[in-house]
Amino acid sequence: MTGADLPLWAAWLVVALVLAGAGFSLTGALGLVRLKTFYERVHAPTLGATLGTALILCGSMLLLSAIEGRLVLRDALIGLFLTVTTPVTLLVLARAAAHRDRHEGHSGAPPKP
Amino acid sequence: MNRVLPYPVLSVALAATWLLLNAPPTPGHVLLALAVGLAVPHAMRPLSPRAVRVRAPFALARLTVIVLVDMVRSNLDVARIILGLRRGERRTGFVTIPLDLREPFGLTVLAIILTATPGTLWVQYDSDTGHLLLHVLDYTDGDEWVRRVKDRYERPLMEIFA
Repeated sequence: MTGADLPLWAAWLVVALVLAGAGFSLTGALGLVRLKTFYERVHAPTLGATLGTALILCGSMLLLSAIEGRLVLRDALIGLFLTVTTPVTLLVLARAAAHRDRHEGHSGAPPKP
Repeated sequence: MNRVLPYPVLSVALAATWLLLNAPPTPGHVLLALAVGLAVPHAMRPLSPRAVRVRAPFALARLTVIVLVDMVRSNLDVARIILGLRRGERRTGFVTIPLDLREPFGLTVLAIILTATPGTLWVQYDSDTGHLLLHVLDYTDGDEWVRRVKDRYERPLMEIFA
């Protein structure tokens, strides 16, 4: 089967999933602009890294499964590796910000744990 | 067993990854997956990672469901906050959570869970005191966040990585 003779319901479902995922990622990007402090801003992009990615990957897996006529789970690996590696980046960013804020004595500096 | 398969979980994960990437499985790829699963973990030996012992598969399954539900819920919460759809005053702040969990793999999984649920940011963990510093986007007074992390995530993790 090629993409052209994809059943209509599957096409709409794929569109809905991918658009919803893109919407969450866009909201996360907006959050970078709308939120005020560094610690608030770090929360925003995780929308794209979690539910945004999950929805887009579900759409992609559904599309590929329908086209190839069998269950395609390959894309789930993207989600797995992204989920396992994102905390490293965020942790390093947060630690660096906390260190700088404490060192420079900023008022919004995090307390000692 | 130990000689041939130093890290059985890693072997299974590598073979499964190979088969997922090369689906649908053909006899050739099954053989290659077996070879990868058998050979590659030996390269990890010089690093001598700690062995993972996962117990309580039931608790693991339940925790997975809890985390998936929390992930969707907190995504919606944070999206609402960003888009300004939430009424009322919102405060952000730091929360210190005294953890009893000491097992490195358990802490790693906790870091992944807290990152996968937007609205909570892992800032710092002090291994001497066992205190974890979190930044939360929706700060509430009292120990609501402490209870939430400890009851929903920490307790099952201590069961799983006991």
